[in-house]
Amino acid sequence: MAAALALGGCSLWPFHKKPRAEEVPVEATAADGSAPAVVEPQVTRRTVKTPKIKSSNFEIGPYIGTYSAEDFGVNPVLGARLVYHISEDFFSQAMIGHTTVGRTSYERLSGGAQLLTDSQRKLTYYSLDFGYNLLPGEVFAGRRRAFNSALYVTGGVGATHFAGDNRFTVAIGAGYRMLLNDWLAAHFDVRDSIFDIDLLGSNKTTHNLETGLGVTVFF
Amino acid sequence: MRKVLNLASLLILATAAGLAQAAESTRRFDREAGHYVDVAVADPYLELHTGPGRGYPVFRVVPRGEHVEILFRRTDWFKVRDEYDREGWAFRDSMQETLLASGEKLPLEDLSHRDFDLYPWESGVQSGNFGGGNVNSLYVAYSLNANLAAQFEVAQTLGHAANGEIALLGLTHAPRPDWRVAPFLELGTGAVRIQPKATIITPPQRTEQIAYYGAGVKWYVSHRFLFRGDYRSYVLFTRRDSNEDRNEWKVGFAFFF
Repeated sequence: MAAALALGGCSLWPFHKKPRAEEVPVEATAADGSAPAVVEPQVTRRTVKTPKIKSSNFEIGPYIGTYSAEDFGVNPVLGARLVYHISEDFFSQAMIGHTTVGRTSYERLSGGAQLLTDSQRKLTYYSLDFGYNLLPGEVFAGRRRAFNSALYVTGGVGATHFAGDNRFTVAIGAGYRMLLNDWLAAHFDVRDSIFDIDLLGSNKTTHNLETGLGVTVFF
Repeated sequence: MRKVLNLASLLILATAAGLAQAAESTRRFDREAGHYVDVAVADPYLELHTGPGRGYPVFRVVPRGEHVEILFRRTDWFKVRDEYDREGWAFRDSMQETLLASGEKLPLEDLSHRDFDLYPWESGVQSGNFGGGNVNSLYVAYSLNANLAAQFEVAQTLGHAANGEIALLGLTHAPRPDWRVAPFLELGTGAVRIQPKATIITPPQRTEQIAYYGAGVKWYVSHRFLFRGDYRSYVLFTRRDSNEDRNEWKVGFAFFF
């Protein structure tokens, strides 16, 4: 009886050790390797890879328009542009355009006199511009459709190859961009290309106004 | 009979509606599974704007716990699609607080300084004055480490007496690239083709070797964008008795990628 009590006491007495008694079997099973231990999880670690998110900050596309070469009339121009959007406000762009200029009033009136040869009448320019989206907004077409748009201003430098020479050119402009969807945009631009020309002996600054209508693809 | 037909059509309609709804719910997020990055909103809500800019109105909020797919990124804005197929634009600061399936925050690069490991390339354009004439240049640089970068540059000089084209290979060294306004030293060499301008007798065009040393400063204005200014001293190794010297300054902008 006393032995039974002692045994019972033994098993009952250390009440405070009860919680530990529950942990023991877990450790025991872990020790025989029959079940995974708490401290050594056999879960294969997930390989964390940096997610690849496609970015779409570039725009490329052609444009057509008119180029008014000072003294040489208004002529159709064909060009292309590459745009990089730096932030929601700023962008940089490279433009290249080509036109063939007409004849001056003097050439027309004098009959046979030619100031330029045919190859000198070809005008090619490039321009490296910095742009600012002055008025970003939306165009509402009907009740259900809205297109993102922006009125922007640009300023830049470049060169114009005209009348047998490369001429340093400063170009300022303003344009309107409307995004038809996530990747297609329509542009309307007005630009003034300013360069010096010494065709008639003395140097003079010319303003050459250009309008263009274009499309671009974002990528 | 008519009653039966009515009931039947009603049943068909109800089933169709049910099926449509079921299709809707199963379509949640298994379209193009794995094609886009899927993140869960961890902030109280994620605001979706109608366009990629701060001025575009917020037209929907995605509550905490819901998922969005990231379709693509434009500048600091992310086009996302929510669980109900609605698409909108979320700003990078709020996207940074979303969680990937692994439970980690969406890792986006730090805005505060340039990460040379992530974006080793830099490209920019500059314009200025080269020996009295105008110069336009375009360069591409590759960071060899945080301080040193190799640079390839093409430039067009447009002067009163001559035009020219220059191609250059150089090295730039920035002692403190972590500064927001970081000065650098540079050294390089290349070739120049000079086309003299003359109305009566045109001297032949010539190609000469050219070398330069100089200094400049880069101003990291915003995320991936900087202004850069250079001042250089050039030596033209001519085939004549004496070499020619030119000084150049130019300013421009660049971005890294």
